[in-house]
Amino acid sequence: MLRLENCLIENGGFALHADLEIAPGSRIAVIGPSGAGKSTLIEALAGFRALSEGAIRWRDYDLTPIEPGKRPIAMLFQDGNLFPHLTVAQNVGLGIHPNLRLDNAQQANVQAALARVGLDGMGDRKPAALSGGQQSRVALARVLVQGRDLLLLDEPFAALGPALKAEMLDLVAELVAESGATLLMVSHDPSDARRIADQVVLVAEGEADPPMDTATLLDNPPPALKAYLG
Amino acid sequence: MADRAQPVSARAGIGAALVVAALIFGTLAAVVLRAEPGRGLGSADWAALRFTLIQACLSAGLSVALAIPAARALARRRFAGRRLLIALLGAPFILPVIVAILGLLQVFGRAGWLSDVLALFGLEPVQIYGLHGVVLAHVFFNLPLATRLILQGWQEIPAERFRLAAQLGADARAMRNLLEYPMLRRVVPGALAVIFAICLSSFAVALTLGGGPRATTIELAIYQAFRFDFDLGRAAMLSGLQLVLTGAAALVAVKVAVGEGFGAGLDRPLQRWDGNSTTSRVMDGFWILLAAAFLLLPLAAIALSGVPGLVGLKASVWTAALNSILVATLSTVLMLVLALPMATAVALGRGTVIEVAGILGLAASPLVIGTGLFIVIYPIADPFALALPVTALVNAVMALPFALRILVPRAKSVVGRYGRLSMSLDMRGLPFVLRVLLPRMRAQIGFSAGLAAALSMGDLGVVALFADPEFATLPLQVYRLMGAYRMEAAAGAALLLLALSMSAFWILDRGGRWHAEA
Amino acid sequence: MKYLVIAAGLLSTTAAYADAPELTVYTYDSFVSDWGPGPAVEKAFEEVCGCDLKLVGAGDGAALLARIKLEGERSDADVVLGLDTNLTAAAKATGLFADHSVTADYALPVTWTDATFAPYDWGYFSFVHNADAAAPANFKELAASDKKIVIQDPRSSTPGLGLLMWVKAAYGGEAPAIWADLADNVVTVTKGWSEAYGMFLEGEADMVLSYTTSPAYHLIAEEDASKAAAVFDEGHYMQVEVAGKLAASDQPELADQFLAFMVSDAFQSIIPTTNWMYPAVTPAEGLPKGFETLVEPSKSLLLAEDEAAAVRDAALEEWLTALSQ
Repeated sequence: MLRLENCLIENGGFALHADLEIAPGSRIAVIGPSGAGKSTLIEALAGFRALSEGAIRWRDYDLTPIEPGKRPIAMLFQDGNLFPHLTVAQNVGLGIHPNLRLDNAQQANVQAALARVGLDGMGDRKPAALSGGQQSRVALARVLVQGRDLLLLDEPFAALGPALKAEMLDLVAELVAESGATLLMVSHDPSDARRIADQVVLVAEGEADPPMDTATLLDNPPPALKAYLG
Repeated sequence: MADRAQPVSARAGIGAALVVAALIFGTLAAVVLRAEPGRGLGSADWAALRFTLIQACLSAGLSVALAIPAARALARRRFAGRRLLIALLGAPFILPVIVAILGLLQVFGRAGWLSDVLALFGLEPVQIYGLHGVVLAHVFFNLPLATRLILQGWQEIPAERFRLAAQLGADARAMRNLLEYPMLRRVVPGALAVIFAICLSSFAVALTLGGGPRATTIELAIYQAFRFDFDLGRAAMLSGLQLVLTGAAALVAVKVAVGEGFGAGLDRPLQRWDGNSTTSRVMDGFWILLAAAFLLLPLAAIALSGVPGLVGLKASVWTAALNSILVATLSTVLMLVLALPMATAVALGRGTVIEVAGILGLAASPLVIGTGLFIVIYPIADPFALALPVTALVNAVMALPFALRILVPRAKSVVGRYGRLSMSLDMRGLPFVLRVLLPRMRAQIGFSAGLAAALSMGDLGVVALFADPEFATLPLQVYRLMGAYRMEAAAGAALLLLALSMSAFWILDRGGRWHAEA
Repeated sequence: MKYLVIAAGLLSTTAAYADAPELTVYTYDSFVSDWGPGPAVEKAFEEVCGCDLKLVGAGDGAALLARIKLEGERSDADVVLGLDTNLTAAAKATGLFADHSVTADYALPVTWTDATFAPYDWGYFSFVHNADAAAPANFKELAASDKKIVIQDPRSSTPGLGLLMWVKAAYGGEAPAIWADLADNVVTVTKGWSEAYGMFLEGEADMVLSYTTSPAYHLIAEEDASKAAAVFDEGHYMQVEVAGKLAASDQPELADQFLAFMVSDAFQSIIPTTNWMYPAVTPAEGLPKGFETLVEPSKSLLLAEDEAAAVRDAALEEWLTALSQ
């Protein structure tokens, strides 16, 4: 269980409160109006923002004092998920060992992850030589080798076209289904949520609500969500 | 910032800044403690202060004002010899003062080339001596540096931004507002402060080109206090004054130089779509020609007078050249050991104090540092035995301000851009430094190392005070040759020095260049 | 860096353990350079002393004195060589120097009676010009002419200070007026001799402040007779370069031996064509060929050391005032 226990996240004059539980293996979409604090919530989970109050627990471990890189979390940002000066394989390898000292088995692991995301044989290229979709696949291959319990996505595919984005989301869904990881993804597009999320966390008016069934919520949106959905 | 997790600690940088501050203030304190009561600052010293400030402000302002169009022209034009010209931009800066003065006079002097040309038209020779002469010489020294710093600012704008601007149909004015002004606002204050600090401690150039004691600077007053009056207290006071002025300039620069970076691109080769009109081509051509002529003519003069002396240079000159290479190598390594942690710490938001500490190296009078070090070292060790490390360390500290100007903006953008991603991958400390920070900063490291090596190679600095007869550097040997009437051999040795410095600069700068262009 | 320090330490230890005693002589930098008298002097003295002569260069004469003041009684130096009469008063005031026992038949134009410092060479300050151009006969003629001169700053250069004393010795209270008249002849003032001489050779000025012996260098070393020194009828100020031993020396006998050697033929015959000055004692075989062509002033000027020290600051003030207009 991922528990956000009475969390208060403050950032300048902005404050977000969250008190909720997420079951392991769920696929959660975090939706809400722009500026409501969706990214803030994700960043706090990942450890980039300190909590003013409360605690975050995963399987009864307190994550709150733990550094971002030590949390059982893999995260993809809106942009800048790859290092331009490293090869594709190196970018993936970072997920296994940040100093890139990999043994043969680990190297093979990297190759397998690349093959799994459809980038077989592209390990020696630099990110600039890849298309946008391929770059996203590299980042997902890294998530794969990281093998973390939780995957946080802060709209990493926002720049991709609808078809490509759908393709990536399906890939993400497959990957978390294979690994059993818990997925939290920020989205401003309800159709994304319908596509892969079974539950939705609504972030609005300074509060992150407990997860609700996606279809139920989107079909009968509360007023705050309704305003946003239009 | 403070409560946010960071991929690397600022501690090493703070430590390095403390070392620098200890060296500068420690040596100053050593001189103060050793001083006997002397006379305080007199009206002559205040006159020196006034002149120093005027010439330093003018020199810094003019150098930067001319550097902006020159750098822009170099940033957006491709022509044969461009790389060589950019490399040569390092040259005047690293010349021993005496060599540079003679080179300049060969072009602009009463009997110089320009006067010869004027005489063809029956005109009077150039009147070079005066405040304008001081400023001219300082612009000669610093325009290239300013151009390089600002050019670097241009090159740090990722290709993606130019592409975006081009796509948006940005005209010249829009391009300035979108990209160039914000970049200049970040880069120019630092460049101004560095050049102001360099000119603040000018002495031989100011005196000679200034035409006499009217052009007395603080550094000359320090020199006088030392060797004419042996008034260490006054020397220390004047040196303190110099430090305060430089510190203030640095502080202002740090506060004024605000603005976000341009973010990172994906290392696409830089390509530009602006500035294709005939007017802008002609203007760029004009600026490049002007900068090149101003720069290359005195260098050509130095090279021409040096060639005859190159043959038959004595073995001791070659030995001195080896010593200089040794000093330059050591001091480049020391500079990087100090500058990289400091630049990182600045990027982590521990800015102001470290940046100010970094620039003080320029303001510290070599005479005071040298004497202070002497006072400190003398009771515990033979100063001569330490000539090499001491020279290397002082040269490293003197090169630090330039290095920080080059490294800090890049370190900021790397930490800002990749800090979070690295942390989410648990890449912290050494792995972050080795895998992300250093590779992303290669070009800047190469440039700063090249500058430090060249600077150290050409600097006479404290070695004159710690001169061991068995350990002479090439600049010292140039002075010795001149002092022994061997002007031709001295010119040859100076040319050798120029070539060595340029090569060091070229090799390190090229080595670090990662852009497909530039 | 650590290894270099250790290596340097080892080297100096080796020297300390060598059998021969070591005599340390502090001097100015150009004395120890390859082109100065140092290498030959070291070789010649070591042949007779059974010791290791260590010549240490420290800037110029004034820097040398500053260095000794900084080191005080703990100085490694046994002998200081290279001060001149503008500095000897200040040097004596430190109390660090002991009297010497040197006697010699000096060829100086003045009688030498200093008990602390013994001279090893001397020269006349003079304006050097191209031999094919006419030269003024005194400061007043120079000031009235449109000749351009380049001089050195007295605050940073020994010849510069010498010129200050020259005008003072020749004109006394009239010196400020002379300087005021000279101001428009002065192209510029340089930090040191090298800058000024280099500028003159490049044609930036008609004349440069140097020594009457300067043309000898061009004549002997370059077989070039195109340089000449102007003779001024007010007389020429002299520079007498001296050496003295330090009271705290741990090798007083060797120091005495060195000072005696300094006025001997072996040392004196090295001076003319390395330091390009007149030797303090004329060597047995006379001056090198070429020196006979040098001009000889009819009158020598030299302020006594205490007098020089007394007028120095006021003379500088006058100079600054006149040239800052």
